[in-house]
Amino acid sequence: MIAEGLLYTKDHEWAKIEGSTATVGITDYAQQLMGELTYVELPAIGKEFRVHDEMAVVESSKSASDVYSPVTGKVVEVNSNLESKPELINDDCYGSGWICKLAITDANSVENLMNAKQYEEYLKGL
Amino acid sequence: MPFISNTPDQQKQMLAEISLTMDGLFADIPPELMCSTFNLPAGLSEQQVRNHLAELADKNSTNLICFLGGGFYDHFIPAAVYSIISRGEFYTSYTPYQPELSQGTLQAIYEYQSAICRLTAMEAANASLYDGGTAMYEAMMMTLRITGRNKVIIDDSVNPIYRVMIRSYTRNLNIELEQTHSADGLANRQQILQKIDDKTAAVILQNPNFFGCIDDFTDIANAAHQKGALLIVSCYPISLGILKTPGSMGADIVTGEGQSLGMPMSFGGPYLGFMATRMQYVRKMPGRIVGETKDRFDRRAFVLTLQAREQHIRRDKATSNICSNEALCALTALVYLSLLGKEGLKQTAQLCADKASYAYQRLTAIPKVKPHFRAKWFFNEFVLDLPSEAADVIARLIEKGFAAGFPLSRYYEGMENSMLISVTEKRTKQQIGMLAEALESVL
Amino acid sequence: MKLIFEKSINGRRGIQVTPSDVPTSINIKSEFLRQSSAELPQLSELDVIRHFTELSRRNFGVDTNFYPLGSCTMKYNPKVCERIASYPGFAHLHPLLPQLRMGGMLTQGALQMLYETDLLLREITGMAGFTMQPMAGAHGELTGIMIMAAYHRDRGNRKTTVLVPDSAHGTNPASAAIAGYKVVSVPSSERGVMDVNILRNFVNNEVAGIMLTCPNTLGLFETNIREICDLIHSVDGLTYYDGANLNAIVGKARPGDFGFDIVHLNLHKTFATPHGGGGPGAGPVGVKEKLLDYLPVSIVVKRNDGTYALEYDRPKSIGYIAPFYGNFAIILRAYVYILMLGKDGLKRVAENAVLNANYIREKLKKYFPLPYDDLCKHECVFSVSEKMLQNSIHAIDIAKALMDKGFHPPTVYFPAIVKEAMMIEPTETESKETLDAFIDAMIEIARLAETDPDKLKSAPITTPVSRPDETAAAKNLNIACL
Repeated sequence: MIAEGLLYTKDHEWAKIEGSTATVGITDYAQQLMGELTYVELPAIGKEFRVHDEMAVVESSKSASDVYSPVTGKVVEVNSNLESKPELINDDCYGSGWICKLAITDANSVENLMNAKQYEEYLKGL
Repeated sequence: MPFISNTPDQQKQMLAEISLTMDGLFADIPPELMCSTFNLPAGLSEQQVRNHLAELADKNSTNLICFLGGGFYDHFIPAAVYSIISRGEFYTSYTPYQPELSQGTLQAIYEYQSAICRLTAMEAANASLYDGGTAMYEAMMMTLRITGRNKVIIDDSVNPIYRVMIRSYTRNLNIELEQTHSADGLANRQQILQKIDDKTAAVILQNPNFFGCIDDFTDIANAAHQKGALLIVSCYPISLGILKTPGSMGADIVTGEGQSLGMPMSFGGPYLGFMATRMQYVRKMPGRIVGETKDRFDRRAFVLTLQAREQHIRRDKATSNICSNEALCALTALVYLSLLGKEGLKQTAQLCADKASYAYQRLTAIPKVKPHFRAKWFFNEFVLDLPSEAADVIARLIEKGFAAGFPLSRYYEGMENSMLISVTEKRTKQQIGMLAEALESVL
Repeated sequence: MKLIFEKSINGRRGIQVTPSDVPTSINIKSEFLRQSSAELPQLSELDVIRHFTELSRRNFGVDTNFYPLGSCTMKYNPKVCERIASYPGFAHLHPLLPQLRMGGMLTQGALQMLYETDLLLREITGMAGFTMQPMAGAHGELTGIMIMAAYHRDRGNRKTTVLVPDSAHGTNPASAAIAGYKVVSVPSSERGVMDVNILRNFVNNEVAGIMLTCPNTLGLFETNIREICDLIHSVDGLTYYDGANLNAIVGKARPGDFGFDIVHLNLHKTFATPHGGGGPGAGPVGVKEKLLDYLPVSIVVKRNDGTYALEYDRPKSIGYIAPFYGNFAIILRAYVYILMLGKDGLKRVAENAVLNANYIREKLKKYFPLPYDDLCKHECVFSVSEKMLQNSIHAIDIAKALMDKGFHPPTVYFPAIVKEAMMIEPTETESKETLDAFIDAMIEIARLAETDPDKLKSAPITTPVSRPDETAAAKNLNIACL
């Protein structure tokens, strides 16, 4: 399932750009692959990331995957509900399962993200 | 052929059934890589090999009365320990990746983790590391991961063998190792507190320390925490029968050598590195961890958990590369602690302290033999100053039938006349008396 | 089953501690004492024996039945090795003895054993010298990479990466990363082996070395191994051999002859020391002549007068990676095993290990897909069929069904480059009857997987627990009973 109005990366992260803020999460494809999540390692508020830096980690009982930053920016908020309920990502990965919000510091970093249609095509080719 | 069940006829039959020859089985190896000239002896029978090894064993002296310690001790091992760990279901099994077939190992490790936590007053323990030295190194790496800093302070009252190991492991890593020099046998507060800053990841201390001296590190723990640094304490598990726990001092990670919990000294191994920490750091802890859960019929079950941090999943981003550890030794420790129990461990620790105190009195009563440190409290080891070179005195004590004690000059400058004496519950009043007489006679 | 703590009865005693025979009892200052005793169990010796006997009955070992865990070499552990390791002349030896003046003379038997084992392993692997210190395979890998780093530093080489195949065991990249290298994964060819032309794209001056096992984790021999090693050597890189799969070639071929500079062995695999439920093992590391200077100290040497001594004076050594001489009692067991097998016995090990694996491969390939249908060495890797997947039967279900047939399952989901991998390593100690029984069981399971999958979904039903909830374990994190 792919949500409209979001931008996507090849590593299955999504970003919702509102002004100069990006809300970030992982896609339905990714959460299905991971299985039931048991833990999310959230980034520290104030930490800066460039595009494709390792920003967070999602863990299931059998595997762990890095979540890469889709934009260049600074973390301004994290979804602390994930600390007690990592499964929010499985249940509602585009909504209440958001991971963190970044203040975009390099507007150009958004350029290489895919739109919903492009991501759909990309998934077909996997 | 030893240990191969199939007879030559059966092998021939199997080859025929799959249409291959013995040479054909190795046809994928280029002929120039096959080796025909292994210069190895012919095989021996069980009887021959037992004779040969008995001869080798006889070339080792084990009838010296042992007053050596330094982190590795001659403690009493109950016969029931061996009965249990020699059960084939325990020692011929492997890593419990299939929980349904390994509830024995898994529950035992869970109980071992629990026992270590209760002993050290910590909240989470792992299934084991190789030994006390690699455990200390892994703890140090853990604090670097947790704090993101790279400076570590270590006092020279910590086991010198472990300090050499840490230096070897960290030579090429970007880690600033600051060593402080112990003050009168105790961790040097003046130097340590002055060095702790906001680049410090951890302070590493030991209790009782290598000299046998007892301490309370609560003040250092507080100072470290104030600057966002962590405290690692390496400890001697038998001493925790009576001594203040590292947990109650404020330690963040506790490590140590578990050999004294039912394992023979065995000339260097296998040993048992234990590690325990606080729940908030559990995801940064290396090694295997067993957790309790339920199966699909709601029965209590145990499984390996938090595996996502380990090498087989995380690979180059793993918390450690450890795979096989010391599982059977962890089982040994659990069995030992269960046999001794709450009272037995306390009594054993008290005996060690009592006998060491008696030995101290007898030995320091010898003219010209003096205690090295003014620090009054020790557990089961203490340092004596002799009127001449300790290494030489020790050689002469060997001739008299004693392995007593350890010449500190090997690791500490300026201590050429000092030796470390260790006493466990196995030493009798008579043996201690004989040591005193022997020492007096060789001086 | 209750936890041992739950069986505790206040006041119950196990071992009777010998009363004190010294006149003084020391009262250590109360600030240094613990407030309350550690809450260890209070049980009688009988209670303890029964508890652990019950636990042992919930465990499965090589002594129980067939244990074909691929990549682990679950061969029979000779009981004479256990007996010898308990000889007081070995068990009661304090490790600090050789550090006393004249102390080396007190431990000549132990030093001789370590020395002779070094020589035997050199001959078996074609290497110039060994360190016995590493206490497990992964520990050996770290040691080997540290030696690699020391070599490059000494030569002023600027090296930043280590190459591993995508089929590598997880400890390989983990060890290289811990030693400070960046790890680059090289894709395998469609034949499942390393292709020299693919590898060439990854070899440059930054490459410190490559970590390989041969046969690889699919059980396939790397026929181009010499070329691969030469390619790495061409940039002054070093070649590292992960000895986990030595059982396939022991007594027939030597990694030193393939072109490997550094080798680690798993004594608890190839050399029959017991697995212990997860250790203790031992992972001695052997090197070629050009790397001898970097081996950890101490090393056992034989003096001109025939006595043995420990040598510490090696200025280029990487230092101490263990407190003493390695897991002595484990090395001792391997020494006994090698002496018993001798030259011929070791050769027969590889021959029968490879025969047993190919026997299983040929007999099962009609029932389970074989991703790489070539001659295998000591292990083979199967997958599940399309039909099985359509029935929602995965490798894990095959594994659980095998338990009800009395067998330990093979390794599943490794190597990751094979979907639904099932890696079977029978080892040479298994009999034809056992293999035939296993094959029959697998064929029956294959049939059920395709025609009556529900029967498999409920497996296992004969074990004390069934399909424990691992997700709940990771979320609840109940890892100690406090």
